[in-house]
Amino acid sequence: MIDTVVHLLLLLLLPPLLLGVINKTKALFAGRVGAPFLQSYYDLWKLFRKGMVFSSATTWIFRAGPLVTFAAVLMAGLLVPLGPFDAPVAFAGDLILFAYLFGLARFFTTAAALDTGSAFEGMGAAREVTFSCLSEPALFFGFLVLAKQYGSLSLTGMLHGPAGGMPASVVAPIVLVAIGLFIVMLAETCRIPVDDPNTHLELTMIHEVMVLDHSGPLLGTVLYSASIRLFVLGSVLLHLVAPFQFGDPLLDWLAFVAELLALSVAIGVIESIMARLRMRRVPYLLTGALLLCGSGFILLVR
Amino acid sequence: MPLQLILAGILAALCSGLPSLVLPKSSAWGQRLSVLMMLASGAMGLLGAGIALFAPPFPDLGFPWPQAGNSLLGLDPLSAFFLFPVFLIGALGSVYGLGYWPIPRHRENGASLQLFWGFLVAGLGLLLVARHGMAFLLGWEIMALSAFFLVALQDRQAESRKASLVYLMATHVATLALFGLLVLWRASTGSFLLNPVGGDVLGLAAMNAIFVLALLVFGLKAGMMPLHFWLPMAHASAPSQVSAILSGVVLKMGIYGLLRFLSLIPSPPTSWGAIILALGALSGVLGVAFAIAQHDLKRLLAYHSVENIGIILMGLGLAMLGRSLERPDWVVLGLGACLLHVWNHSLFKSLLFFGAGSVVHATGSRQIEEQGGLAKAMPWTSLFFLIGAIAICGLPPLNGFVSEFLVYMGLFRSLGFEGARGSAAVIAAPALALIGALALACFVKVQGTVFLGLPRTARAGRATESPPSMLAPMALLAALCALIGLAPALVSRALDPVIALWAPEGAFRRPDLASLVPLGAIGTMSRFLLAAALATVLGSALLRRVRRGVGTWDCGYARPTARMQYTASSFAASIVDMFAFALRPRVRGPLIFGHFPGPTGMHGEVDDAILDRGIIPAMRGVGHWSDWLKRFQRGLIQHYMLYILIAVLALLCTLIPFGEILAFLSSR
Repeated sequence: MIDTVVHLLLLLLLPPLLLGVINKTKALFAGRVGAPFLQSYYDLWKLFRKGMVFSSATTWIFRAGPLVTFAAVLMAGLLVPLGPFDAPVAFAGDLILFAYLFGLARFFTTAAALDTGSAFEGMGAAREVTFSCLSEPALFFGFLVLAKQYGSLSLTGMLHGPAGGMPASVVAPIVLVAIGLFIVMLAETCRIPVDDPNTHLELTMIHEVMVLDHSGPLLGTVLYSASIRLFVLGSVLLHLVAPFQFGDPLLDWLAFVAELLALSVAIGVIESIMARLRMRRVPYLLTGALLLCGSGFILLVR
Repeated sequence: MPLQLILAGILAALCSGLPSLVLPKSSAWGQRLSVLMMLASGAMGLLGAGIALFAPPFPDLGFPWPQAGNSLLGLDPLSAFFLFPVFLIGALGSVYGLGYWPIPRHRENGASLQLFWGFLVAGLGLLLVARHGMAFLLGWEIMALSAFFLVALQDRQAESRKASLVYLMATHVATLALFGLLVLWRASTGSFLLNPVGGDVLGLAAMNAIFVLALLVFGLKAGMMPLHFWLPMAHASAPSQVSAILSGVVLKMGIYGLLRFLSLIPSPPTSWGAIILALGALSGVLGVAFAIAQHDLKRLLAYHSVENIGIILMGLGLAMLGRSLERPDWVVLGLGACLLHVWNHSLFKSLLFFGAGSVVHATGSRQIEEQGGLAKAMPWTSLFFLIGAIAICGLPPLNGFVSEFLVYMGLFRSLGFEGARGSAAVIAAPALALIGALALACFVKVQGTVFLGLPRTARAGRATESPPSMLAPMALLAALCALIGLAPALVSRALDPVIALWAPEGAFRRPDLASLVPLGAIGTMSRFLLAAALATVLGSALLRRVRRGVGTWDCGYARPTARMQYTASSFAASIVDMFAFALRPRVRGPLIFGHFPGPTGMHGEVDDAILDRGIIPAMRGVGHWSDWLKRFQRGLIQHYMLYILIAVLALLCTLIPFGEILAFLSSR
């Protein structure tokens, strides 16, 4: 019960901090002091108090886009086990619901982008749906590896793995899948090298360009959902790269938060030392992720 | 009793065209009476099918006709399951026709539409209750021919004529193969009756021949990938309610035929399931890839039927694999997915075709690029189309998600199977993920370009909402999509009897669907998702500080126009490029030279790989090489007399006793 409450609190409160950590890391690399860790919270607070502007081209879809996305991402967050704790909701096949909730979010985000009638936002939407055609199969190949290895069809079962820890024979496929899923996570959360959240050139953006016309509380919801998405996909990945547990709930929760912050630092480091890929190269990167996850699966076939 | 109800429904449908035919074309009453008869037929048929699905089994209806083996017609849960969409779409489509194709405004063909619509529904019903090869063939031909007349309804348009001819040829190839199939069935089992045969009645060669013929007949009808070539054109050029029933119901008769014949054959080889699964995955991926490249709204939807038939076949292939490898859980999940997707597809595809019809009705164009911003003028059509789009993408919380969930669960189950065969089947899971992502891209394109944004043409700007007779059927279908999505536990009761019939308990115990899939949990999550989404959207309406009526910001561009919107082709371009190896797009322009290039344009088109690049060139080649036959056809009576003389001489030559002559010569 307490674990569920902690899960919900972390899911709702922690995500904006991850953005703060990423930005702080980037600032340190650039030799700046950078915005405070809590800047994302201040931004959200500011946005939620503002008014909204609706273009005369838009319909209710434009308003529903960020909100349905928010609901879907939040529900996906309920399906993922955080650290060694079980997810609040778990049933056989919840991984399919997990993937399709992101699909629902994508449907409404891209439809809302097209609702404005702006060419920029259309471009962003087109890129989003194109790249997801590669990242979705990669995600499913990754899940197949985990499901085959651990014999469970729920995220909680297949991410926790067997009680005695990982057998040595699965390390190779798990490493491949971890790299593949890391790339998928970067693509889904629109980070460098797939997309640059700080760019100023609309022609080259993916996610940020789709929400150009959203303002006020709706823009706040968009930013908040994006950070929750990072939190959720990051916690899936942490099971593969850092499956540690201490047996003490308090220590385990602290370790989970620390691991998540470390992952944010890693993302920040990648963003600092890499440039965004050219748009034509992004499919190659995602195909690489697909091949990594697929190779992991082939290693398991006997 | 249920069979009598269904026969009454079939009879009512058969006669439903008469009032429209007899009463004067200037009055709307003929059509209204026809629609009333179709509604009565639908009510009787649905009631009968419902009783048959849930009530205990009952004997076939006997006819005193010994030659036919006395049982010509019968009803079992499999027939009943497929009868639901027939009578539902049959009734709803005729109601839709009241607004879409009123006889007073379509005097030249409105009455024949009603007539053949009734024939089509009757043929479908007869096909499903047939228990004898001849009755099956009769139903099949009534269905095929009335569908031809419906596709050829607007025969003043060249496009419609071409589509109906291609359809007629395809369907007659299927009928020819069906003759072969039934003759083979009679030869190897000794009867035309469609009853299960024992384990060793059929030899392996006969079984394989029956399978290949069945795949050809029913694959052609269902629009399975290499055999789908007739489908996009026929579905695009027919009136929209006809497209709806062709796509939603008639294609499913291919699936029904496969299910029926495969249920009759015991212990199928493993390769059958593998072939069906592979063809399903191929149809799924390529169907949606072709769909996304289309500019014509109804052609796009037609290619999506190919995709969904692929998903249905994936479920069927898994069930067949389960039967061969004795994995009852694969059978239950695969067959459950196959059947549920049959229902789901008939619901949301009919809904989408009705929606597309509304768009055509309002703007007079099927071209996606000529629409835009219709959501403001047509809020209800836009909402229902959105529901259909979310459902066909397989997204929660609607019905498409439930059946795709079953496919995934079945495929994931095969992970537990040791050895490469189980692992090979599971590769279809990422393929299904790819299909889902592509379908999403396609329907975002359609929804975004047709209903959202700004009107691209003046005609789209003047669009008005469709009449209630067109909206009501859409509302009902949308509600059914939502019902199956939000309460999936309900449908498992409808699926279990069919699964029990198809895979009777033999050597192994068969689990029921509800014990394999957490349908209750999916339903709870779907309801929760819907509640959360509605709560946030309605809650956001409380926010007060809103400014409306300004233009799109568009990064500060001062004078954006509707023509500057991202087009559907541009939206799809990068995906079309990704699949260029299969789609082979033809692109014209843009021609840009010099320092001050003049105005130019760009146009891309994707032909059907099989019809436009395979069959038509091949047939042209056959025609070319057959030209030399013409030299024998001079039109001179003397030549023909000569041919007759040569033929007679050749026949006389057979009387020459060559053998005796040779014997005589050799004895010398």
